[in-house]
Amino acid sequence: MTVEIRVQAVKPLRNTFGHIARRFGDKAASRYQEGTYDIQSEVNHHYKPLWDQERDLYDKRRTAVEMRDWYALKDPRQYYYGSWTIARAKQQDAVDRQMEFAEKRELLRSLPEAARKAIVFALVPLRHFEWGANTNMCMVSAYGWGTAVTQAASMATMDRLGMAQHISRLGLLVDGNLGDSLVQAKNYWTDHSDWQPLRREVENLMACRDWFEVILAQTLIADSLVYALFFNHFDSKFSAENGPGLSTVLDFLTRWHDESNKWVDAVVKPVVAESESNRAQLQAWADHWRTAFLSALSPIAQGIMGPIGRDTLAEINTKLGTRLVKLGLQDHGVAL
Amino acid sequence: MSHSTQPVFIALQANNDTMPIVEAILADNPLAIAHEYPAMVKIDAPGRLVVKRESVEERLGREFDLRELQVNLISLSGSLDETEDEFILQWNAA
Repeated sequence: MTVEIRVQAVKPLRNTFGHIARRFGDKAASRYQEGTYDIQSEVNHHYKPLWDQERDLYDKRRTAVEMRDWYALKDPRQYYYGSWTIARAKQQDAVDRQMEFAEKRELLRSLPEAARKAIVFALVPLRHFEWGANTNMCMVSAYGWGTAVTQAASMATMDRLGMAQHISRLGLLVDGNLGDSLVQAKNYWTDHSDWQPLRREVENLMACRDWFEVILAQTLIADSLVYALFFNHFDSKFSAENGPGLSTVLDFLTRWHDESNKWVDAVVKPVVAESESNRAQLQAWADHWRTAFLSALSPIAQGIMGPIGRDTLAEINTKLGTRLVKLGLQDHGVAL
Repeated sequence: MSHSTQPVFIALQANNDTMPIVEAILADNPLAIAHEYPAMVKIDAPGRLVVKRESVEERLGREFDLRELQVNLISLSGSLDETEDEFILQWNAA
Protein backbone atom coordinates (compact mmCIF):
# COMPACT_ATOMS: atom_id res chain seq x y z
CA MET A 1 0.00 0.00 0.00
CA THR A 2 1.29 3.45 -0.73
CA VAL A 3 0.40 6.54 1.14
CA GLU A 4 0.55 9.69 -0.85
CA ILE A 5 1.00 12.83 1.13
CA ARG A 6 -0.25 15.88 -0.66
CA VAL A 7 -0.18 19.45 0.36
CA GLN A 8 -3.53 21.15 0.17
CA ALA A 9 -2.96 24.83 -0.25
CA VAL A 10 -5.97 27.00 0.41
CA LYS A 11 -5.65 30.37 -1.24
CA PRO A 12 -7.24 33.12 0.81
CA LEU A 13 -9.93 35.01 -1.10
CA ARG A 14 -8.52 38.32 0.05
CA ASN A 15 -5.20 39.20 1.60
CA THR A 16 -6.06 42.16 3.75
CA PHE A 17 -8.81 44.54 4.81
CA GLY A 18 -10.78 46.35 2.12
CA HIS A 19 -9.57 49.81 3.09
CA ILE A 20 -5.93 48.69 3.00
CA ALA A 21 -6.46 46.91 -0.34
CA ARG A 22 -7.96 50.08 -1.83
CA ARG A 23 -4.79 51.92 -0.94
CA PHE A 24 -2.05 49.35 -1.60
CA GLY A 25 -3.75 46.65 -3.69
CA ASP A 26 -4.88 43.27 -2.49
CA LYS A 27 -1.66 41.82 -1.16
CA ALA A 28 -0.43 40.84 2.26
CA ALA A 29 -0.08 44.05 4.30
CA SER A 30 2.26 44.75 7.18
CA ARG A 31 0.84 45.18 10.65
CA TYR A 32 1.90 48.81 10.59
CA GLN A 33 -0.17 49.38 7.46
CA GLU A 34 -3.16 47.55 8.89
CA GLY A 35 -2.96 49.42 12.17
CA THR A 36 -2.45 52.84 10.63
CA TYR A 37 -3.95 53.67 7.27
CA ASP A 38 -7.46 55.08 7.02
CA ILE A 39 -8.26 54.32 10.63
CA GLN A 40 -9.11 57.96 11.39
CA SER A 41 -12.82 58.35 11.93
CA GLU A 42 -14.03 60.72 9.20
CA VAL A 43 -17.81 60.64 9.04
CA ASN A 44 -20.91 60.26 11.22
CA HIS A 45 -19.72 62.61 13.93
CA HIS A 46 -23.17 62.96 15.40
CA TYR A 47 -22.54 65.83 17.76
CA LYS A 48 -20.63 69.04 17.43
CA PRO A 49 -18.16 69.36 20.27
CA LEU A 50 -19.46 71.91 22.79
CA TRP A 51 -15.96 73.28 23.19
CA ASP A 52 -15.50 74.03 19.48
CA GLN A 53 -18.84 74.44 17.80
CA GLU A 54 -17.42 75.71 14.52
CA ARG A 55 -15.75 72.39 13.85
CA ASP A 56 -16.39 68.68 14.05
CA LEU A 57 -15.15 66.37 16.76
CA TYR A 58 -12.32 65.33 14.45
CA ASP A 59 -11.59 68.07 11.99
CA LYS A 60 -8.87 68.75 9.44
CA ARG A 61 -9.28 72.47 10.02
CA ARG A 62 -7.53 72.49 13.40
CA THR A 63 -4.29 73.39 11.63
CA ALA A 64 -3.42 75.91 8.95
CA VAL A 65 -1.58 73.15 7.10
CA GLU A 66 -3.49 71.46 4.29
CA MET A 67 -2.74 68.01 2.96
CA ARG A 68 -4.51 66.00 0.27
CA ASP A 69 -3.58 62.87 2.16
CA TRP A 70 -2.62 63.12 5.81
CA TYR A 71 -1.40 59.55 5.70
CA ALA A 72 1.65 60.75 3.78
CA LEU A 73 3.11 61.49 7.22
CA LYS A 74 4.07 57.91 7.86
CA ASP A 75 6.39 56.85 10.63
CA PRO A 76 9.62 55.41 9.17
CA ARG A 77 10.06 53.42 12.38
CA GLN A 78 6.73 51.77 11.55
CA TYR A 79 5.67 51.81 15.17
CA TYR A 80 2.25 50.49 15.97
CA TYR A 81 1.35 49.69 19.55
CA GLY A 82 2.96 46.22 19.53
CA SER A 83 6.26 47.06 17.85
CA TRP A 84 6.61 50.24 19.87
CA THR A 85 6.09 48.57 23.26
CA ILE A 86 8.49 45.75 22.33
CA ALA A 87 11.17 48.22 21.25
CA ARG A 88 10.77 50.38 24.36
CA ALA A 89 10.69 47.38 26.72
CA LYS A 90 14.04 46.24 25.33
CA GLN A 91 15.49 49.71 25.72
CA GLN A 92 14.11 49.98 29.24
CA ASP A 93 15.95 46.78 30.18
CA ALA A 94 19.18 48.23 28.87
CA VAL A 95 18.60 51.56 30.61
CA ASP A 96 17.85 49.83 33.91
CA ARG A 97 21.15 48.02 33.67
CA GLN A 98 23.01 51.27 32.96
CA MET A 99 21.28 52.90 35.92
CA GLU A 100 22.04 49.97 38.19
CA PHE A 101 25.66 50.09 37.13
CA ALA A 102 25.86 53.82 37.85
CA GLU A 103 24.20 53.32 41.22
CA LYS A 104 26.41 50.41 42.30
CA ARG A 105 29.62 52.16 41.33
CA GLU A 106 28.30 55.43 42.73
CA LEU A 107 29.29 57.08 39.46
CA LEU A 108 27.36 60.26 40.24
CA ARG A 109 27.12 60.05 44.02
CA SER A 110 30.90 59.99 44.39
CA LEU A 111 31.48 63.12 42.30
CA PRO A 112 32.75 66.22 44.07
CA GLU A 113 30.02 68.43 45.46
CA ALA A 114 30.41 71.14 42.82
CA ALA A 115 29.92 68.58 40.05
CA ARG A 116 26.82 67.13 41.71
CA LYS A 117 25.41 70.61 42.07
CA ALA A 118 26.13 71.28 38.40
CA ILE A 119 24.07 68.21 37.40
CA VAL A 120 21.16 69.27 39.57
CA PHE A 121 21.28 72.77 38.16
CA ALA A 122 21.86 71.91 34.51
CA LEU A 123 19.98 68.68 33.90
CA VAL A 124 17.39 67.81 36.52
CA PRO A 125 15.11 70.82 35.77
CA LEU A 126 14.69 69.38 32.28
CA ARG A 127 12.20 66.88 33.70
CA HIS A 128 9.80 69.80 33.56
CA PHE A 129 10.75 70.51 29.96
CA GLU A 130 9.96 66.87 29.18
CA TRP A 131 6.65 67.15 30.97
CA GLY A 132 5.86 70.17 28.82
CA ALA A 133 6.75 68.11 25.75
CA ASN A 134 4.41 65.39 27.02
CA THR A 135 1.58 67.88 27.29
CA ASN A 136 2.28 69.26 23.84
CA MET A 137 2.33 65.83 22.24
CA CYS A 138 -0.96 65.05 24.00
CA MET A 139 -2.39 68.11 22.28
CA VAL A 140 -1.16 66.82 18.91
CA SER A 141 -2.60 63.36 19.43
CA ALA A 142 -5.92 64.79 20.63
CA TYR A 143 -6.52 67.42 17.96
CA GLY A 144 -4.40 66.12 15.08
CA TRP A 145 -5.78 64.49 11.98
CA GLY A 146 -4.86 61.09 10.54
CA THR A 147 -3.80 58.03 12.50
CA ALA A 148 -0.32 58.03 10.92
CA VAL A 149 0.66 61.14 12.83
CA THR A 150 -1.66 60.97 15.85
CA GLN A 151 -0.66 57.45 16.85
CA ALA A 152 3.02 58.35 16.65
CA ALA A 153 2.27 61.45 18.74
CA SER A 154 0.50 59.31 21.35
CA MET A 155 3.57 57.14 21.61
CA ALA A 156 5.70 60.26 21.86
CA THR A 157 3.63 61.42 24.85
CA MET A 158 4.61 58.30 26.74
CA ASP A 159 8.18 58.54 25.49
CA ARG A 160 8.38 62.01 26.97
CA LEU A 161 6.99 60.92 30.33
CA GLY A 162 9.62 58.19 30.26
CA MET A 163 12.30 60.81 29.63
CA ALA A 164 11.03 62.91 32.52
CA GLN A 165 11.28 59.84 34.75
CA HIS A 166 14.72 59.06 33.42
CA ILE A 167 15.93 62.54 34.30
CA SER A 168 14.31 62.26 37.73
CA ARG A 169 16.20 59.03 38.33
CA LEU A 170 19.35 60.88 37.41
CA GLY A 171 18.59 63.33 40.21
CA LEU A 172 18.01 60.45 42.62
CA LEU A 173 21.37 58.95 41.64
CA VAL A 174 22.99 62.24 42.58
CA ASP A 175 21.25 62.72 45.92
CA GLY A 176 21.24 59.08 47.02
CA ASN A 177 17.46 58.60 46.62
CA LEU A 178 16.59 61.41 49.02
CA GLY A 179 14.65 63.42 46.47
CA ASP A 180 16.24 66.74 47.52
CA SER A 181 17.58 67.23 44.01
CA LEU A 182 14.08 67.08 42.56
CA VAL A 183 12.79 69.75 44.92
CA GLN A 184 15.84 71.88 44.23
CA ALA A 185 15.47 71.44 40.45
CA LYS A 186 11.80 72.39 40.58
CA ASN A 187 12.82 75.62 42.31
CA TYR A 188 15.40 76.29 39.61
CA TRP A 189 12.71 75.72 36.96
CA THR A 190 10.19 78.04 38.57
CA ASP A 191 12.45 80.66 40.13
CA HIS A 192 16.03 80.75 38.89
CA SER A 193 16.51 83.60 36.44
CA ASP A 194 18.59 81.48 33.99
CA TRP A 195 15.73 79.03 33.54
CA GLN A 196 12.80 81.43 33.28
CA PRO A 197 13.04 82.30 29.56
CA LEU A 198 13.00 78.60 28.63
CA ARG A 199 10.06 77.95 30.93
CA ARG A 200 8.24 80.87 29.37
CA GLU A 201 8.64 79.46 25.86
CA VAL A 202 7.61 75.96 26.96
CA GLU A 203 4.47 77.48 28.46
CA ASN A 204 3.86 79.69 25.42
CA LEU A 205 3.91 76.56 23.31
CA MET A 206 1.33 74.96 25.59
CA ALA A 207 -0.99 77.83 24.71
CA CYS A 208 -0.58 77.32 20.97
CA ARG A 209 -3.77 75.95 19.38
CA ASP A 210 -2.51 74.84 15.97
CA TRP A 211 -1.47 71.21 16.40
CA PHE A 212 0.96 71.16 13.51
CA GLU A 213 2.67 74.26 14.80
CA VAL A 214 3.02 72.50 18.14
CA ILE A 215 4.60 69.38 16.66
CA LEU A 216 7.01 71.47 14.61
CA ALA A 217 7.98 73.82 17.43
CA GLN A 218 8.37 71.07 20.01
CA THR A 219 10.02 68.24 18.14
CA LEU A 220 11.91 69.99 15.39
CA ILE A 221 12.93 73.27 16.99
CA ALA A 222 12.88 73.02 20.80
CA ASP A 223 14.09 69.42 21.06
CA SER A 224 16.93 69.89 18.57
CA LEU A 225 18.26 72.86 20.50
CA VAL A 226 17.67 71.52 24.01
CA TYR A 227 18.96 67.99 23.43
CA ALA A 228 22.08 69.23 21.67
CA LEU A 229 22.85 71.82 24.33
CA PHE A 230 22.26 69.75 27.47
CA PHE A 231 22.80 66.13 26.55
CA ASN A 232 25.55 66.73 24.04
CA HIS A 233 27.57 69.85 24.69
CA PHE A 234 27.05 70.12 28.43
CA ASP A 235 27.76 66.41 28.78
CA SER A 236 31.03 66.75 26.83
CA LYS A 237 32.14 69.66 28.96
CA PHE A 238 31.16 67.83 32.13
CA SER A 239 32.98 64.64 31.09
CA ALA A 240 36.15 66.55 30.30
CA GLU A 241 36.14 67.85 33.87
CA ASN A 242 34.65 64.94 35.81
CA GLY A 243 35.05 61.76 33.80
CA PRO A 244 32.47 59.85 31.79
CA GLY A 245 30.16 58.82 34.68
CA LEU A 246 27.35 61.12 33.61
CA SER A 247 27.57 60.11 29.95
CA THR A 248 26.71 56.52 30.80
CA VAL A 249 23.27 57.59 32.01
CA LEU A 250 22.65 60.14 29.25
CA ASP A 251 23.29 57.66 26.47
CA PHE A 252 19.67 56.61 26.17
CA LEU A 253 18.37 60.17 25.86
CA THR A 254 20.57 60.92 22.87
CA ARG A 255 19.80 57.59 21.22
CA TRP A 256 16.10 58.16 21.65
CA HIS A 257 16.44 61.62 20.18
CA ASP A 258 18.24 60.26 17.10
CA GLU A 259 15.45 57.76 16.62
CA SER A 260 12.72 60.33 17.14
CA ASN A 261 14.37 62.67 14.62
CA LYS A 262 13.76 60.16 11.85
CA TRP A 263 10.07 60.36 12.60
CA VAL A 264 10.06 64.16 12.90
CA ASP A 265 11.80 64.56 9.53
CA ALA A 266 9.28 62.19 7.95
CA VAL A 267 6.44 64.30 9.35
CA VAL A 268 7.79 67.68 8.24
CA LYS A 269 9.22 66.81 4.82
CA PRO A 270 6.03 65.72 3.03
CA VAL A 271 4.14 68.71 4.42
CA VAL A 272 6.75 71.16 3.11
CA ALA A 273 6.78 69.38 -0.25
CA GLU A 274 2.98 69.37 -0.58
CA SER A 275 2.40 73.01 -1.44
CA GLU A 276 3.92 76.46 -1.45
CA SER A 277 1.41 77.69 1.15
CA ASN A 278 2.38 74.86 3.52
CA ARG A 279 6.04 75.64 2.98
CA ALA A 280 5.53 79.32 3.74
CA GLN A 281 3.49 78.52 6.84
CA LEU A 282 6.06 76.08 8.20
CA GLN A 283 8.85 78.52 7.42
CA ALA A 284 7.08 81.22 9.43
CA TRP A 285 6.53 78.89 12.37
CA ALA A 286 10.07 77.56 12.26
CA ASP A 287 11.56 81.07 12.16
CA HIS A 288 9.36 82.26 15.00
CA TRP A 289 10.04 79.36 17.37
CA ARG A 290 13.69 79.13 16.45
CA THR A 291 14.21 82.75 17.44
CA ALA A 292 12.10 82.29 20.57
CA PHE A 293 13.86 79.17 21.82
CA LEU A 294 17.33 80.38 20.91
CA SER A 295 16.99 83.56 22.91
CA ALA A 296 15.29 81.60 25.70
CA LEU A 297 18.26 79.23 25.88
CA SER A 298 20.84 81.99 25.88
CA PRO A 299 21.00 82.65 29.66
CA ILE A 300 20.95 78.98 30.66
CA ALA A 301 23.56 78.17 28.00
CA GLN A 302 25.87 80.69 29.60
CA GLY A 303 24.86 79.49 33.05
CA ILE A 304 25.94 75.93 32.37
CA MET A 305 28.66 76.35 29.73
CA GLY A 306 30.23 79.54 31.06
CA PRO A 307 32.01 81.79 28.55
CA ILE A 308 31.63 79.32 25.66
CA GLY A 309 27.84 79.32 26.08
CA ARG A 310 27.20 81.73 23.25
CA ASP A 311 29.49 79.93 20.75
CA THR A 312 27.97 76.59 21.70
CA LEU A 313 24.50 77.86 21.00
CA ALA A 314 25.66 79.34 17.69
CA GLU A 315 27.08 75.96 16.68
CA ILE A 316 23.84 74.18 17.60
CA ASN A 317 21.87 76.79 15.69
CA THR A 318 23.96 76.24 12.56
CA LYS A 319 23.20 72.53 12.71
CA LEU A 320 19.50 73.23 13.06
CA GLY A 321 19.74 75.51 10.01
CA THR A 322 21.31 72.71 7.96
CA ARG A 323 18.54 70.38 9.02
CA LEU A 324 15.84 72.86 8.02
CA VAL A 325 17.40 73.15 4.56
CA LYS A 326 17.39 69.36 4.23
CA LEU A 327 13.68 69.40 4.99
CA GLY A 328 13.02 71.88 2.20
CA LEU A 329 12.86 75.02 4.35
CA GLN A 330 15.22 77.96 4.35
CA ASP A 331 17.86 78.73 6.91
CA HIS A 332 17.07 82.28 7.90
CA GLY A 333 19.95 83.22 10.13
CA VAL A 334 19.00 84.12 13.67
CA ALA A 335 21.07 86.69 15.47
CA LEU A 336 22.05 85.46 18.91
CA MET B 1 36.19 33.25 -11.64
CA SER B 2 33.03 32.67 -13.62
CA HIS B 3 29.65 32.09 -12.10
CA SER B 4 27.25 29.31 -12.86
CA THR B 5 23.61 29.98 -13.65
CA GLN B 6 22.44 26.94 -11.73
CA PRO B 7 19.48 27.99 -9.61
CA VAL B 8 20.04 29.03 -6.02
CA PHE B 9 17.19 29.51 -3.57
CA ILE B 10 16.30 30.76 -0.15
CA ALA B 11 13.15 29.67 1.67
CA LEU B 12 11.76 31.76 4.49
CA GLN B 13 8.77 31.41 6.74
CA ALA B 14 5.94 33.56 5.47
CA ASN B 15 5.15 35.95 8.28
CA ASN B 16 5.08 39.60 9.19
CA ASP B 17 8.83 39.65 9.93
CA THR B 18 9.87 38.30 6.56
CA MET B 19 7.63 40.47 4.40
CA PRO B 20 10.13 43.32 4.17
CA ILE B 21 12.97 40.84 3.59
CA VAL B 22 11.17 39.19 0.69
CA GLU B 23 10.35 42.59 -0.77
CA ALA B 24 13.98 43.66 -0.51
CA ILE B 25 15.20 40.47 -2.18
CA LEU B 26 12.78 40.82 -5.07
CA ALA B 27 13.76 44.46 -5.55
CA ASP B 28 17.50 43.72 -5.54
CA ASN B 29 17.34 40.58 -7.69
CA PRO B 30 15.35 41.25 -10.83
CA LEU B 31 15.70 37.64 -11.97
CA ALA B 32 14.43 36.18 -8.71
CA ILE B 33 11.01 34.58 -8.58
CA ALA B 34 9.06 34.14 -5.37
CA HIS B 35 6.87 31.06 -4.95
CA GLU B 36 4.34 31.19 -2.19
CA TYR B 37 3.59 28.01 -0.30
CA PRO B 38 1.52 27.54 2.81
CA ALA B 39 3.52 29.37 5.51
CA MET B 40 6.61 29.54 3.31
CA VAL B 41 8.05 31.75 0.60
CA LYS B 42 10.70 30.16 -1.60
CA ILE B 43 12.69 32.49 -3.79
CA ASP B 44 14.57 31.02 -6.74
CA ALA B 45 17.17 32.85 -8.75
CA PRO B 46 19.50 31.76 -11.53
CA GLY B 47 23.11 31.68 -10.35
CA ARG B 48 23.10 34.39 -7.72
CA LEU B 49 20.85 35.85 -5.07
CA VAL B 50 21.77 38.68 -2.75
CA VAL B 51 20.10 39.99 0.41
CA LYS B 52 21.24 43.56 1.13
CA ARG B 53 21.12 44.91 4.66
CA GLU B 54 20.41 48.43 3.47
CA SER B 55 17.42 47.42 1.38
CA VAL B 56 15.92 45.43 4.23
CA GLU B 57 16.46 48.33 6.67
CA GLU B 58 14.77 50.73 4.27
CA ARG B 59 11.62 48.60 4.27
CA LEU B 60 11.79 47.57 7.91
CA GLY B 61 12.29 51.04 9.38
CA ARG B 62 15.02 50.01 11.79
CA GLU B 63 18.55 48.67 11.90
CA PHE B 64 18.79 45.10 10.70
CA ASP B 65 21.49 42.54 11.35
CA LEU B 66 21.64 40.05 8.48
CA ARG B 67 22.03 37.27 11.03
CA GLU B 68 18.40 37.92 11.99
CA LEU B 69 17.61 36.08 8.74
CA GLN B 70 18.36 32.83 10.52
CA VAL B 71 15.34 33.19 12.78
CA ASN B 72 12.92 32.72 9.92
CA LEU B 73 15.13 30.77 7.55
CA ILE B 74 13.82 27.38 6.43
CA SER B 75 16.35 26.34 3.86
CA LEU B 76 18.74 27.58 1.24
CA SER B 77 20.97 26.29 -1.54
CA GLY B 78 24.11 27.72 -3.02
CA SER B 79 27.41 28.55 -1.45
CA LEU B 80 27.06 31.34 1.00
CA ASP B 81 29.16 34.45 1.26
CA GLU B 82 28.15 36.58 4.23
CA THR B 83 29.33 40.05 5.19
CA GLU B 84 27.81 42.70 7.39
CA ASP B 85 26.15 44.31 4.38
CA GLU B 86 25.33 41.41 2.10
CA PHE B 87 24.20 37.84 2.27
CA ILE B 88 25.06 36.26 -1.08
CA LEU B 89 24.08 32.86 -2.41
CA GLN B 90 25.81 31.64 -5.58
CA TRP B 91 27.37 28.64 -7.24
CA ASN B 92 31.04 29.07 -7.92
CA ALA B 93 31.92 27.31 -11.15
CA ALA B 94 34.82 24.91 -10.70
